[in-house]
Amino acid sequence: MDLFLHQILAGLATGGIYACMALAIVMIYQAIHHLNFAQGEMAMFSTFVAWQLIEWGVPYWGAFFLTIALSFVAGVVIERAVFKPLDRAPVLAHIVAFIALFAIFNSLAGFIWDFTIKSFPTPFGQQSLLGSGLIGAHDAGMIGVTLVLLVLLFLFFRHTRIGLAMRAAATNPESARLVGVRVSWMIALGWGMAAAIGAVAGMLIAPVVFLEPNMMLAILIYGFAGAVVGGLTSPGGAVIGGFAVGVVENLAGTYIPVVGPELKLAIALALIVTVLMFKPTGLFGARIVTRV
Amino acid sequence: MSETLLKVRGLQAWYGRIQALYGLDFDVPESGVTTLLGANGAGKTTTLRALCGMIHAAGDVTLGGAPVIGKATEDIVRLGVAHVPEGRGTFTAMTVEENLQLGAMTRRDARAIAEDIERTYAYFPRLAERRGQQAGTLSGGEQQMLAISRAMMLRPRLMLLDEPSFGLAPLIVEELFGILGRLKDEEGLSMLLVEQNAALALEIADEAYLIETGRLVMSGPAREIGSDENVRRAYLGY
Repeated sequence: MDLFLHQILAGLATGGIYACMALAIVMIYQAIHHLNFAQGEMAMFSTFVAWQLIEWGVPYWGAFFLTIALSFVAGVVIERAVFKPLDRAPVLAHIVAFIALFAIFNSLAGFIWDFTIKSFPTPFGQQSLLGSGLIGAHDAGMIGVTLVLLVLLFLFFRHTRIGLAMRAAATNPESARLVGVRVSWMIALGWGMAAAIGAVAGMLIAPVVFLEPNMMLAILIYGFAGAVVGGLTSPGGAVIGGFAVGVVENLAGTYIPVVGPELKLAIALALIVTVLMFKPTGLFGARIVTRV
Repeated sequence: MSETLLKVRGLQAWYGRIQALYGLDFDVPESGVTTLLGANGAGKTTTLRALCGMIHAAGDVTLGGAPVIGKATEDIVRLGVAHVPEGRGTFTAMTVEENLQLGAMTRRDARAIAEDIERTYAYFPRLAERRGQQAGTLSGGEQQMLAISRAMMLRPRLMLLDEPSFGLAPLIVEELFGILGRLKDEEGLSMLLVEQNAALALEIADEAYLIETGRLVMSGPAREIGSDENVRRAYLGY
């Protein structure tokens, strides 16, 4: 029973990270209707920036928030410089741009900080929380930070004018323009926020998976799985999907002997395929009907 | 009639490389209603879309002296042009109240916005009952009322209305046009109205213009147009 509880809690902890990545993916998907598969590399690069700041002597939380701010700006700049000009370009142009971003961030990180594995500090400590043995302090911290982030985002989208404008721009850009929303800037803002959320996810997971240029590869696939499970059109669904993927991954790794730690990633892919087969819109996604 | 609010001279518009409007001239007077009449495909909706910067257009168009053509839609909205588009353009996943908040997106005065929301509810009491409801769950008539209310939230100098009667039951249409008439009289709202239902449009309008395949074929005071033999036979059906 203890093992079971332990696995659930550990699953929720990594699930929170997947939830953040899923949310970042959904935010960009809602704005431009493409999957940004450079999201993980952007998060990885942010994490390296945080590591560098800490190496230079910036205290952890200072580096944490500074990295979030820098990532936000970088996200906006990437949208303005790369994706705004591609506004009306065909799908393949977007995919090529994503591949380029992916390759650039990956190699740039390797070039600047090399490919050796680095340890990343945790502000929560590695001991077990309250000595209970059920959950580590860092795991608990991950869950806590994720929940705070999600609540803040929820309040932002529900109760602020810009949040309302961003929702309007994502769901009905033409009408949004007709009430005076600057849709193109809302998309840039979405990129900035997605980059910032990715940075949080990267910094939180780095103490667990260690810092290196390929650290986010598997995390992003779990994030995709979470987003697909929840439905690519539903931010709330993506979050629940992310947590669900974390828990399922952990339980399957523990209780299904064939799976073990090696085949865990296959679980995510199996989940994606299963959901797409039986409920293509995801558990919480809206069906989009296009009139022709 | 008083001052001219919207002055349109030589308005041309294109869908891609296909020209849809060939130089329209018309005016909307301050606190007046102008209607554009014409058959399907004549270019009525196109005219409204051109005025809002939603399609490529050329010509000399001024709103209270300020040039309109060549500006982005978002900036034309900031000049005070509220467009109630064909199909209503409702944000269906959001509540009635959020739709109204969006209508006031370009304004900063939170208190006046809250007052204006109550004021539009006074015109459309059915919306007040449904303020927390998702807009997509409203009936067609209620959605049209919401679209007009959303446009009112801008405190517009000019409202563009595209087929407000489309797909609505006669009783609802009557109620809707009654309220539009009140908005004109009580709020001094200027409107450019596009309608298939010519009899209805001529009743509320001061000026009427008849469009055929992107060209103006007749214009004059609404009463005169309404009594014209040819117009009556072609558009009013008696």
